[in-house]
Amino acid sequence: MSLLDAQGISKSFGGIHALDTCSISVEQGTITGLIGPNGSGKTTLFNVMTGYERVDSGQVRFKEQAITNAPPDKVFRLGIGRTFQLTRIFPRLTVLENMHVAVQRNSLKGLFSRWSSAHEQKSALELLDFVGLTSLKNLPAGNLSYGQKKLLEFAFVLIAEPQVILLDEPAGGINPTMINYLTERIRTLNQRGVTFLIVEHNMEFVMGLCDKVMVMHRGAKIAEGSPAEVRANPAVLEAYLGD
Amino acid sequence: MRMFKETSLIFSRQLDRVETLGRYTIVRRYGKMVGLLALLAIAIVFPLVFSNSEETGIALFALIFAAAVTGWNIFSGYTGYISLGHAAYFGTGAYALAIICQVWNVPAGYTPFLFVPVAGLVAAVLAVPVGWIALRVRRHTFVVITIAIFFIFQLLAINLTEQYTTTGSLNLPIPVDWTGDFYNIPFYYASLILLLVAIAISWWVRNSKYGLGLLAIRDDEDRALGLGVKTVPSKLAAFVISAFIVGMAGAIWAYYVFVIYPPTAFDATFDVAFVLMAFLGGVGTISGPILGALLLESTQQYFTSVLTQNGGYYLIAYGALFLAVILLLPRGIIPTLSERWARYQVSRHQSLQEHDAIVTALPTPDGVAENVERKEGINL
Repeated sequence: MSLLDAQGISKSFGGIHALDTCSISVEQGTITGLIGPNGSGKTTLFNVMTGYERVDSGQVRFKEQAITNAPPDKVFRLGIGRTFQLTRIFPRLTVLENMHVAVQRNSLKGLFSRWSSAHEQKSALELLDFVGLTSLKNLPAGNLSYGQKKLLEFAFVLIAEPQVILLDEPAGGINPTMINYLTERIRTLNQRGVTFLIVEHNMEFVMGLCDKVMVMHRGAKIAEGSPAEVRANPAVLEAYLGD
Repeated sequence: MRMFKETSLIFSRQLDRVETLGRYTIVRRYGKMVGLLALLAIAIVFPLVFSNSEETGIALFALIFAAAVTGWNIFSGYTGYISLGHAAYFGTGAYALAIICQVWNVPAGYTPFLFVPVAGLVAAVLAVPVGWIALRVRRHTFVVITIAIFFIFQLLAINLTEQYTTTGSLNLPIPVDWTGDFYNIPFYYASLILLLVAIAISWWVRNSKYGLGLLAIRDDEDRALGLGVKTVPSKLAAFVISAFIVGMAGAIWAYYVFVIYPPTAFDATFDVAFVLMAFLGGVGTISGPILGALLLESTQQYFTSVLTQNGGYYLIAYGALFLAVILLLPRGIIPTLSERWARYQVSRHQSLQEHDAIVTALPTPDGVAENVERKEGINL
C-alpha cells in the first residue's frame, strides 16, 4: 500500500522549474532512496511534501488523504517527520529540551502541563540512548558536533512516533563509523514498522540500505527500482554523467 | 547564587529523583527556596525600614518597571522577537485606568487598584489585532513595525481623548487621605503584588510545554513549526500575555503619577528602557529582567531626584550603558554570572558525573564545541 505519494507536482521559483509534474510513491514499510544530481529537485520535493513549500499544481497524499499545501505543523502531527539537509536543531536549548519540543501535539493541554509526562520523559531518554547521546543530555545542543546534531535531529523527530520519516542527506558530512551507526538505527526502526524516504548522495549508503531507489533529474522522476536495477539503468547514468 | 541555576535543572532533577540525593542536591534545592523567601521578605519589609517617601518612591518605580520588563520578557525574551513598542501597552493601561476612573467615577483610595487588571485587559485586547498584524513579519522588520505601532498609539492618545480633555492629558483621582510617607505604601505593595503575579506567569510559561515551544521558536521557528509547534497562536498568545502585564504596570504607574499626557504615558524612552533592562539582567531568563529593572530604574530615579537641575544627563548615561552592556555583557548579568559560577563549581568538584547539571553551561568536554559562545542563555 502506498503510504505517502505525490502526484504530478510542479513547483517553479521564478523561471526555474524545480519540480516538473513529478510523481513518486512511497510504499508502507520500505526504506526508499531518492537520488539524483544536485539541483534535480529532491529537497524541493521534500519541502512540498512536508508543507514548507506550496505546490503550483499536483497533489500530495498521505494514507489516501490529501495533504497538499497543509502547513508543516499539521503534516508533522499527521505522522510525517523530516530532517533537514543542513541540520536544524535548537542550539540554545539543552539536548533533552530539544527532545521535548516535538511532543507538543495538544497545545491547549501544553498550557497547563509541565514539559512532559513521565511517559514522554522516559521515551525521550530511551531515544537519546538509542542514538547514543544520553551523556550529553544537559548540554546546550549548539555545543554538539555536526554528527551529534544529526543524531539529535533524528532522535527528536522520532519522539513523536511518525509513521514515515523523510531524511535529507543523513550521511552528509559525517564520518564512516557514524554512518554505520545511523544505518543500523534506521534498519532497527524500519523493522519496527517505520517507513523511510531518504535523499542521499552517498551511493554506498543508499545502495546498502534501501529496498527501492528512485532517481530524479530536472524536477521529475526518471527511474525507479531495486538498487541493482537503478544502477544498471542507462538513463540514470546519463543523468549523473551529463548529456 | 544557587537560585540562578538553570530552570532545566528543575526538569532534570525530576528525572534524577531516583538517584541518591547528595548533600549538594539538597543544598541546591532548599538553598534556592530559602534564598527566594529571603528576597521576598526583604521586599515586604523594605518600606518599613526605608520609610522615607523618596526611598519608597524610587523602590516602587523599580518594582513597576520590574513587572513591566518581566511582561516584556515573556514575549520578547522567550520568542526572540524583540519588541521596541511595548510602551504602547504601558500607555494603554495608563489611559485605560484614567478613563475608567473618570467614566465610572471611581473614588480615590484602594478602589482604583481593583481596576488595574481591567486596564491590563484593555491593553491585552488591543494587542490581539496588533500582534496578529505585526507577527506576520520577523526579525528587524518586526522591530520596526513595533516602533511604528507605538507611535500610532501615541497619536491615538492625543486624538481619541478629545472628549475627555483638550490637551490629551487626563487626571486620576488623588487619594488625599494618604498623607506624608504613607502615600507611597499602597502603591509600593500594589506594585510588589503585580511583580509577583508577573514572575508567577513568567515562571509558569517558562516551565510549561507551551513555553518550551516559545523557546524553540526563538531558536528556529520553521524547525519548530515542522515539529508540530503551533507557532502563530503561540507567538500571539505570548504577545497578548505580555501586553496584559505591561498594561497593568502602566495602570499602577498612572495612578501614582495621577496626571498623564500622551508623551509621558506613551514614552519612547520606556520602550528602550524595557529592552535595556532585560538585556542588562539577561534576556530570556526569569530573574534577569527583574534584576536589570531594579538596578536601572532605581539608579535612574535616584539620579533624577538628586540631580534635578541636570536631569537630562541620565539619557546620555542610558545610551552609554546600553553600549557598555552590548559590548561587555552581551548575554546579561545573570547568564554570565551563572556560567562563571558553574565553571567555578566544576573546577572545585572535578567529578562531572555527579554534577553533570553544571556542565550545561559549559562547552562539550571532548572539545567538539562549535558554538562555545552561547548568547542569551536559558538560565532562570
